[in-house]
Amino acid sequence: MENKLHVSLSPHIHSNNSTMRTMLDVIIALVPASVAAVILFGIPALLVIAVCVVSAVAGEALFNLAIKKEQTIGDLSAVVTGLILALNLPANIPLWQAAVGSLFAIIIVKGIFGGLGKNIVNPAIAARVFMLIAFGSMTAAVFPKGLDATSGATPLAELAQDKTLNLMDLFLGKCGGALGETCALALLIGGVYLIVRKVITWHIPVAFIGTTFLFTLALEGGNFETTLAWVLSGGLMIGAFFMATDYVTSPSTVKGKLIFGIGAGVITVLIRFFGGYPEGVSFAILLMNIVNPYIDSLTPRKLFGGKK
Amino acid sequence: MAFSLKGIHVPHRKNTADMQAARMPAPKTVTLLTTMHIGKPAKPVVNVGDTVSVGTLIAEQDGFISSPVYSSVSGTVKAIADTVISNGKTAPAITIESDGAMTPDESVAAPQINSKEDFIEAVKKSGIVGLGGAGFPTYVKFATDKKIDTLVINGAECEPYITSDSITMVENADDILLAIETADKYFNFEKIVIGIEKNKPSAIAKMKELSAKNNKIQVKVLSSVYPQGGEKVLIYHTVGRTVKVGELPADVGCIVCNSSTMANIGKYLKTGMPLVEKVVTVDGGAVKEPKNVIVAIGTPIGEVFDFCGGFNSDPEKVIYGGPMMGVAVPDLTVPVLKQTNALIAFNKKETKTAKTTACIKCGKCTNSCPFGINPAAIAKAYKNKDAEALEKLGADICMLCGCCAYVCPAKRPLVETNSLAKNMLAAERAKKKEGNA
Repeated sequence: MENKLHVSLSPHIHSNNSTMRTMLDVIIALVPASVAAVILFGIPALLVIAVCVVSAVAGEALFNLAIKKEQTIGDLSAVVTGLILALNLPANIPLWQAAVGSLFAIIIVKGIFGGLGKNIVNPAIAARVFMLIAFGSMTAAVFPKGLDATSGATPLAELAQDKTLNLMDLFLGKCGGALGETCALALLIGGVYLIVRKVITWHIPVAFIGTTFLFTLALEGGNFETTLAWVLSGGLMIGAFFMATDYVTSPSTVKGKLIFGIGAGVITVLIRFFGGYPEGVSFAILLMNIVNPYIDSLTPRKLFGGKK
Repeated sequence: MAFSLKGIHVPHRKNTADMQAARMPAPKTVTLLTTMHIGKPAKPVVNVGDTVSVGTLIAEQDGFISSPVYSSVSGTVKAIADTVISNGKTAPAITIESDGAMTPDESVAAPQINSKEDFIEAVKKSGIVGLGGAGFPTYVKFATDKKIDTLVINGAECEPYITSDSITMVENADDILLAIETADKYFNFEKIVIGIEKNKPSAIAKMKELSAKNNKIQVKVLSSVYPQGGEKVLIYHTVGRTVKVGELPADVGCIVCNSSTMANIGKYLKTGMPLVEKVVTVDGGAVKEPKNVIVAIGTPIGEVFDFCGGFNSDPEKVIYGGPMMGVAVPDLTVPVLKQTNALIAFNKKETKTAKTTACIKCGKCTNSCPFGINPAAIAKAYKNKDAEALEKLGADICMLCGCCAYVCPAKRPLVETNSLAKNMLAAERAKKKEGNA
């Protein structure tokens, strides 16, 4: 047995946490929203989710093969990207478009920048924005089955026309929109799970949603009910809990996270009220992703016992 | 103190808590390294064939930061040979064959202490070094010109498994008290604080008895957050002072000693027997009967494991000290050192670590760092050989506690990169200094 011991540098024990476990937690946290999507939108929702996830994983596997890189699909990050993208798409999107979007996220946004951890912007968001611009079908309102869809507009569009909406319908997701963004309840359950499991901290979601709320309240002249409708509509919940909190493209420290969340909230409201698109969450996160390296380098933790 | 420093929750695994230390029989041979401390190796003063007793000086202190070595058995010097030590360098090691009698050296007698100098000389002669694991010669801490007003006794014992300090606090409280009171007589401290993590109720109770006997002594119960026992962390959490990078505790008026160090100083003051034996916690999944053992310094660690019932499965990794900062040893023939407070043997399953993936920038490393440094950024700057960035990132502040590597989901070797970065920064600074001179 002599000279057969394993020698390595300390520490000799590690937490049970792993990249794969972290991704699995995000997937688990998205289960309520995915289930809600299938209940609300039916089989088409299931198909969109399946196509996005399968093409994301297959895209990553093939890309790794093509560039002769070690296989990384086991870390489950491609599943997360595919799933989040699917939940950002309308139920009636042509499936080939969903697949193209997924491949765009995995290969263009993530792969060619060096893979996991190296991408500058969130792959799902960048793909959503790409699809919004490339495929007109993205902006059309899609309504859950069994709803009277005569109004023909998403809640955000209606709010922009000063209509009053039923808050409970918005909370439960009985309104038009993308698969996973409508049911605020399901997203909150998933978000709380991520915070409890310490995958994310509360700072970005609270700063993002809080800023959006306060800024909207000011612009709505203090109308509490309408402000709540704005907050519950569109992609804010899924964006704040699942997309703005992406480790790779958001700051690491508390200070940085608060700046990131507040910035995303301000941009979201500016686009919603003054921009050309009805929804601003994706653009807001994308813009904050781009300035993230600066936020990160400007907000390190205070060094204990460092030189003055 | 406005806030607590960050840290992590590690599993306690104090399986040997409150287990009375069992004395191991005399080993057949001992190998005493001349480098069982930080600083210059001690100089051998015996020759092969010499007869020695327990407590005979076999290697003398060489230079200011150094410490003498004494025989831990009675018997004959068999060999004096250069041995490879854990940092890869070589130093002389003295091998002594025991006669089994453990006869104490005739010269061993309690020292006469009548002044501060006497006390410092006694600590110097005792061969005692920082027994928390670092092995810094203890007398050097007392031999300072700086104004000292506080004595902090480190009973945090924040590493998993290890209970040798807490059992020493329970069993040798009187020795600790003697050491404290003798030091206090000549240093006249304003404050004496014993810091203990709250997961050691018996040690806390025993040390509180000391504060009942001497009301200058305070017991500070600390949260069980690793690395509570890190020197700078302990000073901050017990007396609220910040030791800056490059400074020593003495720069903020503190002397910090481990509780076992104090107990051994007390023992020396009482008996004059230098540091020749040690309480060692033996634990880990591969060990049949985890125990606290009183063992002669220099005993091959294999024999210590044998005393604990041997192994229940082949050990895959064996560590000097705790699993967070301990040093993995190459084989079971290496000896127990002065500063060995634990011997941990891991089985195959415990040794296995998850696969390393790319950094996902989760920020858990920086957010768990007690000193607020960013190991992920340091790793990147090191890779780019960017000394300027390392300077800015405070790479030199790192104490290699391992919180970052423990929490890292991607299992990045952050202690390794921090350590390399620290070395690179130090080398770069030395180069600059040379250039300016």
